[in-house]
Amino acid sequence: MAAADFRAKAHDALGNRELRANFRRAMDGLMSKRAMLFADRTEWTALRALGAAVRARSLLRLPELLEQLETRLRDNGIQVHWAETVDDGNAIFKDILSRHGARRVVKGKSMVSEEMGLNHALEAEGIEVIEADLGEYIIQLDHETPSHIIMPAIHKNKQQIARLFSQKIKDAEYTEDVDRLTDLARRVLRRKFAAADAGISGVNAAVAETGTLVLVENEGNGRMCTTVPRLHIAVMGLEKVVERLEEVPPILSLLTRSATGQVITTYVNMISGPRKPGEKDGPEEVHLVILDNGRSRIYADPELRNTLRCIRCGACMNHCPVYTRVGGHSYPGVYPGPIGKILTPQILGLETTGDLPHASSLCNACVEVCPVEIPIASLLVRLRSEGAGKTPHGGAPVKGAGSRRKSQEDWVWRAWALVFRMPLLNRLSNFALTRFGWALPSDSPLLREWMTVRSRPRFARRSLHELVRREGIPHE
Amino acid sequence: MSDARTAILGRLRAAEGKTPPPAEHFEVVAPRGWSGEEKIARLRRLMESVHTEFLDARGGDWTALLQDWLAQQGLAGLIYPPDTPLGRRLAGQWSGATPLIPYDRSLAEWKEEFFAQEAAGLTGTQGGIAETGTLILWTDETQPRTLSLVPPVHVALLDVNMLYDTLWQAMREQGWTNAMPTNLLLVSGPSKTADIEQTLAYGVHGPKRLLVVLVEGDPAFS
Amino acid sequence: MTHAQASGRPRTVYFFGTCIVDLFYPGAGLAGIKLLQSAGVEVVFPDGQSCCGQPAYNSGYLDQARAVAWAQIKLFAKDYPVVVPSGSCAGMMKTHYPGLFRGRPEQAEVEDFVARVYELTQFLVDVLDLELDDLGPPVKVTWHPSCHSMREMGVADQPKRLLHQLSKVELVELPRERECCGFGGTFSVRQPEISAAMVTDKIGAIAGTGADLVLSGDCGCLMNIGGAIEKAGGHARPLHIAEFLWERTHGRR
Ligand code: SF4
Repeated sequence: MAAADFRAKAHDALGNRELRANFRRAMDGLMSKRAMLFADRTEWTALRALGAAVRARSLLRLPELLEQLETRLRDNGIQVHWAETVDDGNAIFKDILSRHGARRVVKGKSMVSEEMGLNHALEAEGIEVIEADLGEYIIQLDHETPSHIIMPAIHKNKQQIARLFSQKIKDAEYTEDVDRLTDLARRVLRRKFAAADAGISGVNAAVAETGTLVLVENEGNGRMCTTVPRLHIAVMGLEKVVERLEEVPPILSLLTRSATGQVITTYVNMISGPRKPGEKDGPEEVHLVILDNGRSRIYADPELRNTLRCIRCGACMNHCPVYTRVGGHSYPGVYPGPIGKILTPQILGLETTGDLPHASSLCNACVEVCPVEIPIASLLVRLRSEGAGKTPHGGAPVKGAGSRRKSQEDWVWRAWALVFRMPLLNRLSNFALTRFGWALPSDSPLLREWMTVRSRPRFARRSLHELVRREGIPHE
Repeated sequence: MSDARTAILGRLRAAEGKTPPPAEHFEVVAPRGWSGEEKIARLRRLMESVHTEFLDARGGDWTALLQDWLAQQGLAGLIYPPDTPLGRRLAGQWSGATPLIPYDRSLAEWKEEFFAQEAAGLTGTQGGIAETGTLILWTDETQPRTLSLVPPVHVALLDVNMLYDTLWQAMREQGWTNAMPTNLLLVSGPSKTADIEQTLAYGVHGPKRLLVVLVEGDPAFS
Repeated sequence: MTHAQASGRPRTVYFFGTCIVDLFYPGAGLAGIKLLQSAGVEVVFPDGQSCCGQPAYNSGYLDQARAVAWAQIKLFAKDYPVVVPSGSCAGMMKTHYPGLFRGRPEQAEVEDFVARVYELTQFLVDVLDLELDDLGPPVKVTWHPSCHSMREMGVADQPKRLLHQLSKVELVELPRERECCGFGGTFSVRQPEISAAMVTDKIGAIAGTGADLVLSGDCGCLMNIGGAIEKAGGHARPLHIAEFLWERTHGRR
């Protein structure tokens, strides 16, 4: 999807009152729940510093840790696969599933699998893939994509879900009662879990020292997918590794509190191997697919690398005034909100997504809440530079760097710098604008955009420089 | 696919950082110095806030209490791990109306039946965590993973002498890094979801109810 | 904060007016200067100053931003605090100048400058501990904290503490006050529809307070919010807090 689509989709979303109300209500709730759990500022500061340090350390030693992880996982009996691209990743899945003759697959929530378009790839092979997380199940029924990385069906209200269930689930009556809707999904999905040949899941953190995959969830669908079928395939972006098990508690705490305002999720599922001889359940085979898909390129630049600290908590979008208004479906790629604005252009390239980093007022609300201190606003600025072909000295250019360059814009900023660097020129331009600024045509493109909902800005009759001189204030 | 491995690791290694790693300060996840009673109260408060039920069997006979509780719920049975100390104790003393069902075969052998049971599943725990209101579940040959997942009611026995302040403390003091089980679980309530309009609903895929039976110093758990 | 506190109450400060104040709201700048002077501080306004460089920086034109930033820094060479009547421009200096000059020969000089930067209300409260005497008639106001004042400069309740000193001023809390008004410089014209939705919500919240005045410490926000109120025919008048404080304590001139 090209970036022009962002404006078009945002336009539609802004005009959809029901959608805007759904997002506003949900984001307000999430923000206040999170705020309550981080009311102790001293604790927040210390925990966040620890979380940031854990992620920064992991990235610093990423290649080493990935190798250590691979070794430990193999020792534990988990098979490891590496995928350079989403197509490679999908091919690995198809291959493993076909070797097992798996036709029915249940799947836990995983944004990486969305990034890969895994469901489509498997369905094309005639494999049935059932999304088992309730939110994912809802949007799968409606052939939609997630509008939020934690709460994929957050754009829908219960009336919409009630209608959907009554149309799509056999013998389901129409009900807006949330408990009954939940129960309906439970009945359908339990049968799917019991019958599935394989389970697919994401990974929230992978521990190098123990060879452990850590998954968090509230529903139990993730546990079903990783426990009941004979085969479990997990997939993660290569940045998910941490070195030591003791680094997991701060990450978990930051993740669940930032994401949904919970001190912990109902389940934390730590998988360190397939079923051992003598064990009565658990998958006989466990696989991990490690996906690159542009991440090693992001890693190449020390500033952009901070993007990879992300623990996918969603707090940045919950607090984003833009996301709250346009919703998750306006964004290109699968990651919406501030994290999407920095990650998607780096994965897909600036040629098609170069305007996305500009769709921010740089209000820093995301920076304030990011539990691992990702400087999102600075990264947006960096991507704006990259779009204009201005990779800093010593940096590694982003995919599509320079593709948004407009020589006209280059000239504007050069002239701007000249005027604001040279006091004499500045004085002249101030004089001109205060005296004749009114004569600028209102139908110039920028003023026109500004004036859709605002009156025309009026230049002062005398600049502050002039007033200061007139008042005799020392102006050395 | 080893080509992919080489290529990816090669790219990463070419860019690996040379800056010194930032220091990690773990005080914020370290023990809080809570007393035994404070830990119990906190764990209970947090778990009850997410609909966990409690049965206090300290100083009493948990099998008898559990028997009464189950009888009141009208459950079809209690599925339990027969080859554990607590399973043996249970089987030895059980006189309740609720039938005991041992989990004594592989899941595949009774999957349909197991999924269909309107029964409770009984597990032990490896202690609990006060900070978050969490049970630690260790699974192995004797205690299957699905026992705490598939039955609509999960009953967990918790020895109050095995409460930790924080997760960080529990994993260090129990030496998890040396011997991770194939599946270690942290359970902090019955299954729940808020995927429909942020409204909490319990029992979406896992157990609809979680009963924690508090015991103290029972030899079956040492 | 450490700078001025360490050296006690400074006798002289620099004033950095900012380009928006210079061209659109010079009254706010002048009021800021007068507040400082009335507290017994000598104010120096380096004449060659222009802009902090934020417009180019935010657009990704870092070389141009750096050139303009450096031109400013050189003008503020003495060891005086630099007081800025804008959280956004002060925030640009405080949080982005160090990165712009990291590893360059100017780095030390830049860091010295950055350590001296204050947002106006921060300086009035934290350093000068300004006391105010309300001379104006009763009025109802609401406060819009700017994003960069809060999140880049760490301005907390200083503006409200100043307003609470004014006995006849009723301060009504703005619902969702921490949410951006939608200005964001070029954002307002690059994503005009989203920006419009944001400012429309903001002026709705302002109208809901019933305030006669909406005060802020940032003229970018005031231009955005004020322009939208004017176009919509709303009631509240936008005003920079410096101008308001000066009017209340020294009468209209
Ligand atoms: S960028 Fe930060 S706030 Fe956003 S999802 Fe990632 S970790 Fe969470």
